[in-house]
Amino acid sequence: MNLTDQLTQYILSGLSTGAIYALIGLGFAIIYNSTGIINFAQGEFVMFGGMLGVYFFHKQGLALPIAFLLAVVVTALCGVIFERFAIRPLRRPTPMNMVIITIGGSIFLRGVAMIAWGKDTHVLPTFSGDEPISFAGATLLPQHLWIFAITILLIIGTKLFFSHTISGKAMSACAVNRRAAGLVGIDVRRMIMFSFILSSAIGAMAGIIIAPLTMTSYDVGVMLGLKGFCAAIIGGMSSGLPTVIGGLLLGVLESLGAGFSSGYKDAVAFVILLLILFFRPQGLFSRGSSERV
Amino acid sequence: MQRELLKFALFAALVLVVAPLYFQGGYILNVLVFVGINTMLAIGLNLLLGFAGQISLGQAAFYGLGAYVSAILTTTHGFNPWLAMIFAALAIGALAFVIGFPILKLKGHYLAMATLGFGIIVYIVINEYVDLTGGPSGFPGIPNLSIGSFSFDSDMKNYYLIWGATLGVMLLAINLARSRIGRALRAIHDSEVAAQVLGINARLLKVQIFACSAMISSLAGSLYAHYITFVSPSTFGFHFSVELLTMVVIGGLGSIYGSFLGATLITLLPEILRTFHDYDIIFYGALLMIMTIFLPGGLIQGGTLAWNFLRKSWGGKGGADA
Repeated sequence: MNLTDQLTQYILSGLSTGAIYALIGLGFAIIYNSTGIINFAQGEFVMFGGMLGVYFFHKQGLALPIAFLLAVVVTALCGVIFERFAIRPLRRPTPMNMVIITIGGSIFLRGVAMIAWGKDTHVLPTFSGDEPISFAGATLLPQHLWIFAITILLIIGTKLFFSHTISGKAMSACAVNRRAAGLVGIDVRRMIMFSFILSSAIGAMAGIIIAPLTMTSYDVGVMLGLKGFCAAIIGGMSSGLPTVIGGLLLGVLESLGAGFSSGYKDAVAFVILLLILFFRPQGLFSRGSSERV
Repeated sequence: MQRELLKFALFAALVLVVAPLYFQGGYILNVLVFVGINTMLAIGLNLLLGFAGQISLGQAAFYGLGAYVSAILTTTHGFNPWLAMIFAALAIGALAFVIGFPILKLKGHYLAMATLGFGIIVYIVINEYVDLTGGPSGFPGIPNLSIGSFSFDSDMKNYYLIWGATLGVMLLAINLARSRIGRALRAIHDSEVAAQVLGINARLLKVQIFACSAMISSLAGSLYAHYITFVSPSTFGFHFSVELLTMVVIGGLGSIYGSFLGATLITLLPEILRTFHDYDIIFYGALLMIMTIFLPGGLIQGGTLAWNFLRKSWGGKGGADA
């Protein structure tokens, strides 16, 4: 294997993990835009998706597509319950309270998963076989193609949702100005609920499609969530293309970093996170806006 | 101030005289030493979070750096432990000061994420720099602290040493709270812009209190390393930063004695919950959420509310100075 082939290999596998980060980042951005909350429990939704997929497939013996669907629905339900009982009751939400509550929520959800499914790592079968595919000197698994396909579909889907449906437009309105959205008759509470449903469902799907490649266990959510957040930060918290590009960029950089030293692989994402926060907190692709007092 | 000092003296007497007499050594004393270390760490974080209103999810990193700098300087390079401890605190304070400028420019969620990122980077470096730190398997053989031929080698001796340091930090924090700086910090907490308009150099002050809290954490780390004589990275991970946050929030933001209550509760909790085994993680998460939703002022506020309620219902008029 020569250097270019190796590079292609790294970039391709980086793009597939990057796609996962992009999906998780979208989840962060959707909730942030409608509520102003950074949901630290986002990674746990991803973990729940993967673990529920394993549960419905292996324990209940359901067909994979049905297990996939059920896992997404149940995770979305968890998202609703979380919003209703942890986020909504807070009378005077401040960023600090919200950080603490969502961290509490993530610990709680992780604990539930640990008790329900134990501390072992679980694996899902790949969606369509393990026959490797050669591509431009590198090898891909069919699962990689599934990841790309589902990610692209989801991104197009959310794009259409936000620009062509009444609910999507109402959510965008909440993102711009919650109060004004309320004044023109948008049920802001319902939109917040929607945003939790949407982002937990997207997170769950990310968790399921990555599970056949990286395996899953009760504690995978922390790292995945944080890296998804990095993606969203690179994209300036936009719930569209910039976050997706941020995720892909992060995935590729991390994969190249792992080529140099696998031990420091996880540090790459956080160094990038700090650099972006220090120098371009508005994201890599947008101009800064002035601060309102 | 008189009343404040009296309260502190009473607390110190309780900690230094009554507790050790009551628990003559053994397992409980060991747990109480950890209550001391955690109280110190919680107060360090409380200065930042409760007074200045700036969140940090990277406190465990400073704690770990203090422990490792002490361990490496004394064991690998043969430094005097006291000197190493002071050096560690100064070096880590300086580090915090330098990274404080870009980090504390951020607010709210972004600040939380940046400090968290910093904490994880430090954790990864401690884990991976095996030549220096011993990596995941830990760093053994750290000497106990000693003065001349007197070595702090038992739980009881370390109890006095560590609680002495913790009481010192408490006194510092109590004084700080009532000083001009304490008032300036509270002004920043309420509104940074308003504080700046009043002529407070908010940016510098935030960084200074960040460095101060890092130094306290580093000191706690050094004491921990010399007490246990062994350190390993898993003690200083993200979950410990969250635990510290829990202590401060549950105790009561901005309250020194609240930090003590929070640290006591969180340190004793695993001992109490031992029978429930793995369920304690669920309990933790639930506690964090329930406390923030229903008692945002923490145990201290809960205690005050309960006290006023009792006085009102028994005394008839009461509650005048609530």
